[in-house]
Amino acid sequence: MATTTSLKRPSEFISTLPGDDVRHIMWRFADRMDLQMVLQSARAVARGAVARLVANGGRNTHDWTAQKNELLAEFDASGITSLFMTPEQGGYIEGPKNLALALVAYELAWVDAGAATGSLAGFLALGPIHERGTDEQRSYYMSRCIPAQPGEDRVTWRGAFCLTEPIPYVGVETGLLNGKVRVAEWEDGKEPIIEVDKRGRFITNMGFANFVTAAVDSGDPRIKGSCMVILEETDPGIYDRGTPTRKLVHQLSSTCDPIFKLQVPASRIIGGYTVKDGVIIPTYSHGEIIEAVFRRTRVTVGIMTSAKLLSAIEPLIRYQRDRFRGSGAVQPGSPRYELGLQQKQDAIHRLVGVWATGEASASLGFTAARMFDDLDPLEKEKDRVLAARGVGGGTAAFKALRKVQKDAVEYLKLSRERESRRDAARLAALEADPLVKFSLLDALANVFCPACKLWNTGHGANTMREAVSLMGGYGITEDCPGFLGHKWMDAQLEATYEGPEAVQRRQLSVTMVNEVFLAQYRIWISELRDIAARKPGTGACALATAMQMWLWTAEHLQVSKDADGDVLYHSNRQGVTFPLADALCWLLAARSFILDVLELEAKGPENPVVAEGLPGTMQFFTDLCHVQTARAAGEVGRICAELVFGYNRHPAWDDPDYKGCYRTDELISLESLIPGLASVAVDVVDADGSHPTKAGPCAGAAGLDQFTKLRTKLDSCMTGSALAKERAAEAVTKIMIPAALDYPA
Amino acid sequence: MANSYQVVVCGGIVPDPLQTLEPVAGPAGPALKNEMMLPAVLDPWAGHALYEAAALARKFPGSKVYLVSLAPKAKLQQVMMTIAQRVPLELVALDGPGGGFTDSAETAAALAGAIQGIAGLDRSKLLLFGGWESASRGAGSTMQMVAERLGIVDQFQGVDELQIGEDGSLRILERVEGGQHQVSVCDAPPALLGWATGNLGEPANNAQVGMQNMRTIMPSLQKAKPTQLKSGIAFASVALPKLQRETRIVKDASVDEIAKEIADWAAAE
Ligand SMILES: Cc1cc2nc3c(=O)[nH]c(=O)nc-3n(C[C@H](O)[C@H](O)[C@H](O)COP(=O)(O)OP(=O)(O)OC[C@H]3O[C@@H](n4cnc5c(N)ncnc54)[C@H](O)[C@@H]3O)c2cc1C
Repeated sequence: MATTTSLKRPSEFISTLPGDDVRHIMWRFADRMDLQMVLQSARAVARGAVARLVANGGRNTHDWTAQKNELLAEFDASGITSLFMTPEQGGYIEGPKNLALALVAYELAWVDAGAATGSLAGFLALGPIHERGTDEQRSYYMSRCIPAQPGEDRVTWRGAFCLTEPIPYVGVETGLLNGKVRVAEWEDGKEPIIEVDKRGRFITNMGFANFVTAAVDSGDPRIKGSCMVILEETDPGIYDRGTPTRKLVHQLSSTCDPIFKLQVPASRIIGGYTVKDGVIIPTYSHGEIIEAVFRRTRVTVGIMTSAKLLSAIEPLIRYQRDRFRGSGAVQPGSPRYELGLQQKQDAIHRLVGVWATGEASASLGFTAARMFDDLDPLEKEKDRVLAARGVGGGTAAFKALRKVQKDAVEYLKLSRERESRRDAARLAALEADPLVKFSLLDALANVFCPACKLWNTGHGANTMREAVSLMGGYGITEDCPGFLGHKWMDAQLEATYEGPEAVQRRQLSVTMVNEVFLAQYRIWISELRDIAARKPGTGACALATAMQMWLWTAEHLQVSKDADGDVLYHSNRQGVTFPLADALCWLLAARSFILDVLELEAKGPENPVVAEGLPGTMQFFTDLCHVQTARAAGEVGRICAELVFGYNRHPAWDDPDYKGCYRTDELISLESLIPGLASVAVDVVDADGSHPTKAGPCAGAAGLDQFTKLRTKLDSCMTGSALAKERAAEAVTKIMIPAALDYPA
Repeated sequence: MANSYQVVVCGGIVPDPLQTLEPVAGPAGPALKNEMMLPAVLDPWAGHALYEAAALARKFPGSKVYLVSLAPKAKLQQVMMTIAQRVPLELVALDGPGGGFTDSAETAAALAGAIQGIAGLDRSKLLLFGGWESASRGAGSTMQMVAERLGIVDQFQGVDELQIGEDGSLRILERVEGGQHQVSVCDAPPALLGWATGNLGEPANNAQVGMQNMRTIMPSLQKAKPTQLKSGIAFASVALPKLQRETRIVKDASVDEIAKEIADWAAAE
């Protein structure tokens, strides 16, 4: 396939907006008919009922209206509600469902992310039961949440997930639980009855939920630690849905501040409990449960923002092209009539930026979703192996896995060694070890999940603003095709709920310096060089250099101190760890995008629909990759330079010993030893203390040579990226778009 | 009513009507620009036929619906991801050109051949359904020729309703001039019904139905017979219908107001 960097103007342009077949290949579900159908189902609901509701002003209130409630029936009928369940529970898809849920979220958020949230919040409520519930809890609640079939006379249960509490309690800090659980009655030999006292804040689905999974702490010496409890609306006590949140976003989901004071049997503790010395010991703390749940559901949230960015492309192109049509003064056939705003370079360059960001974030999100599909069975296998070895949960499992991490790093090392030199038997043994497999993937998932949630939603929200601005005033009206204004505002919620950006950065600060992750990361750098050699033009080489720079910086910061001798890489030093986490996300997103484009190149020819326009499609995507990697490299360069230099103190003119500069008298005597020195020395202080007009002697880069070399190299690695942007922008002026948007505005 | 039917629906695929359709000259005659890459849908007329067939099959247990489709296999597969969720069906796929620039006689021959190849087809139960015309080329001639080739002489076009009498007879409403329907009664199958719009809405997607159908649809797509159509037809010129779009965005207009405006416009034309 001819995609070259030297090309100024390509001979082939992308013909149409990328269709489903292209996406099936890029996001790796070309062989999954079940997922392709799920996607079509969700699309029909999104571009049908959901879009009509938004167009009719359904978002103009935060109340849960009858019209919004009708969406639930649409979700049920289309199979979205039962998607989460296994076939035995009444669902229809076998195996892990992270990618399936991500695709549904993508399709719904293409039109309205509130609708996506409404449908997914039910799964969030079931999440604790699914991940950590007992078998009985799982089958009881899952089967009730399956929509009633025709002829069945029962209510379809819907759930809410209740963690966040009114200020000053749980928010980002999930440990600050005020919700309490106490023993209400405990007759000898009988199941204890517990009382749950919990207030929630901003709880999704609460306007109609029949049950709630609530996080609570013990308020009783007879219960140990925290846990999650299932509450039902018919339980004795108070089940008050509370007032609707006066939110500005995601108006198609229901959000309230509920109040619960209910008595329930202790069997409602998620995951069960044991009794030791008269104390109820929940099997899982609330922290353990929410970690298992969020690490999956956060990926889906990240995908919502990606969908919105990509959904903006078609309406933006149409707006730009049609901008001057219909005026008598602008004649059909004239460039102004045909191209409209696309005559202006900035308009199309910014559009390319939005598109590249959308692609990279979708690639990152779907990569993460697939990772969890692969991880789910490995995690079960890991639990099985550890149990068979008599290793319990909690700290014991943690210790056992620490040891496995060493094996995982050894495996990676051996796998890269030359065949003739390595210990083949050891390699085979490590390769076959399910714990090693788990450890390798777990280390990646621990990074990709927060990275996707953080970057897709945070940077996504910023980019959504850019998309809105390209629509001019129309962008911030209710009439904007594609509802871009709503999507922009909504993106801020995606960046906030299920853990705001700070939570993701905090998690990344720990997981991104894990040795098993870094060992894989190092391999990616050399793989990217191979890709660059094989297929120049994606920016893979620049990305490899940027990754090297990030790695150098991460290693440097972990062993270096600041000007005052304080440790730099520390959990309390978020000024260091958080920006470094941000930088990593740019890299992962750009890499995921490149890999997806290579997949398209490899598999596209097999599909006649994709094959037809493949050279043009590849040229465009290759250029988009280049645009994105250059942007990522720029961000990484800036962030790393700030971190590496920013914590050193700048030399000052009045430093004792005039560190970093010469005194005039000193220079005169040195001139006799080094002739010519006086003419090149710039930082010179006269006897009267006067000095050049600048902040101080220029800061040196002692010990940082490698970094400055990398920085220079990285800058020159940008070569060609602006040409790629120009090519992509030209393609955007030529691409064919449909005559009208396929959902109402 | 113990009767059951074998309803064979002929349905092609057409580009999604919202797409920009631009005729271009291809190596083998006229084509639509980027047609292969444009998203496709089941031909809407054939869609009405299919949904009517499914409703009939639901009413008469033991009935079966076949969808016979000549189209590029990869595009047909894409369309099936939606259609398969709507009605239980068995697909008979022919891998060949599906655009509007083919000879309907050739298409009819290929479809008839495929129908003859369906194992266990019983003429006494056979109802041949299709669209009375196609959205890609409204010639309205294909189904008639399929029926002729199959020796089905009871043919009805522009059908909006089919009722089965107690005696098993078919009572059919066909569109005729002046907004009227012609009522015909046909004793028994086999018969051809070329559907106009019928009376049914599009069934909602149902993933369970889809999963069930996929078990037969995928093998059928895999073994779809490559079908070349002889190019016995030449097109002198090809153009899009002249259309004039005057768009106004009006919010909150009542149905009556909209209807009145359309009626006034039609009267003025
Ligand atoms: C529409 C909507 C729906 C929601 N649905 C649900 C739901 O269904 N169930 C549920 O339980 N919750 C839900 N939430 C709550 C949501 O998850 C929380 O709002 C979110 O986790 C943040 O908590 P907070 O608002 O208390 O922010 P705070 O905890 O006050 O944090 C505010 C900001 O302070 C900074 N910050 C706080 N802590 C740190 C730290 N340790 N390090 C660095 N910076 C920090 C960050 O900038 C952070 O963004 C929903 C919220 C909304 C708006």
